[in-house]
Amino acid sequence: MRYLDEYRNEQLAQNVLKEICRVQTKPWVLMEVCGGQTHTIVKYGLDHLLPSEIELVHGPGCPVCVTSLEMIDKAHAIAARPDVIFCSFGDMVRVPGSQVDLLILKSRGADVRIVYSPLDCLNIAKANPEKEVVFFAIGFETTAPANAMAVWRAKQEGIKNFSILVSHVLVPPAVASILESPLNRVQGFLGPGHVCAVMGYEEYEPISARFKVPIVITGFEPLDLLEGVLMVVRQLEAGKAEVENQYGRVVTREGNRRAQRLVNQVFEVGDQKWRGVGSIPKSGYKLRSEFREYDAERLFQIEQIDTQESTVCISGLVLQGVKKPHDCPAFGKECNPEHPLGATMVSAEGACAAYYLYGRHSQGHSQLVEVRSP
Amino acid sequence: MCLAVPGKVIEIEDLPGMRMGRAAFGGIVKRVCLEYTPEVQVGDYVMVHVGFALSRVDEAEAARTYKLLEELNQLAELEIPDATSPPSGGQKE
Repeated sequence: MRYLDEYRNEQLAQNVLKEICRVQTKPWVLMEVCGGQTHTIVKYGLDHLLPSEIELVHGPGCPVCVTSLEMIDKAHAIAARPDVIFCSFGDMVRVPGSQVDLLILKSRGADVRIVYSPLDCLNIAKANPEKEVVFFAIGFETTAPANAMAVWRAKQEGIKNFSILVSHVLVPPAVASILESPLNRVQGFLGPGHVCAVMGYEEYEPISARFKVPIVITGFEPLDLLEGVLMVVRQLEAGKAEVENQYGRVVTREGNRRAQRLVNQVFEVGDQKWRGVGSIPKSGYKLRSEFREYDAERLFQIEQIDTQESTVCISGLVLQGVKKPHDCPAFGKECNPEHPLGATMVSAEGACAAYYLYGRHSQGHSQLVEVRSP
Repeated sequence: MCLAVPGKVIEIEDLPGMRMGRAAFGGIVKRVCLEYTPEVQVGDYVMVHVGFALSRVDEAEAARTYKLLEELNQLAELEIPDATSPPSGGQKE
């Protein structure tokens, strides 16, 4: 087994689909939380294979999408400085701020580098002692252990010319916020598999109990997602609301305690602004005061940046599962991956970008698109 | 962004203060930080995200799930319409 191809088996997918059809008797609205899950669903057309009474809506779990425009503008202000080497994950470099994106800055002479791991930045810092090396530390709980380790190691090794621009978001407060909204339609969740590989799923249990919604922690391959749907639908049909784990090969209830420990040593929970959604209390990580010397925001003292988001864009409603991408008048017209107007179009994992990429330009356009593996 | 890819650990090196290793992803070999997965041995599969192994893939659990999915088909075929049971919520498919 390689734990990858096996979960794309067509025959097994048919088995699961048949079983979903067998157990489903009522209409249900399910949300997949992660951008990666959205991508798989749209790429393989899974939503169109399901009974038409099961609707999948797409959640807020794309960290590139929900990073606020102010933070992106701050990143660009820092990256443009001649004394800075600005490092970022590849997903972030083409995301436009109010004026430019990181690639445009690079073409104008800024030292912008794409890194595979935050640890790479420490080597860059050691090799360039005359420069300030800044890493754009975005992500959900999945990425926090890596970013925490980079800061922790920098402190251990006495590296002084390294800092991170933190824009970290947390899943459970966002899920709770969706369920609290008067507009909410979601009746069950496919939970975030890799976030839970780190955090476990204990913190979803009170949410499931309080809002009486099933939450099934789900993986990212087509079979994972179909099985996740089956497990949620079984619960809904039986009137249950529990946290279950579809992704047992990777996720345990307690998660990775070692990773959680280091994340808690380096970061503390604070309020966070989500692009398209607004501020959600206690939904992000900030560096603890012991590590403030690694805080790029403090180090570079970027002034408050006023930003203006598009008035047409409905990405906030898409992120909350209230609207679909093609409900937006700008979708595929003035808003496209080359010129995104808002959160859900800026990254390939955003719902709008995924719909655009796989040719979902209108409601009911159910043609399966043949795709190549990445 | 929260993408994590299964890789097979082919080498472990205990550097000062940091457990590192190399993992194979199909044909590609990458350096991986194993600091969060001290239990991992050479030959194990790990889920890797931005250069960090976040968890060891539980082979027994993977096989169990897979078997369950295979058996679903038999389950559906066992379902023979029963004239004595009340009608279900509607015809599908």
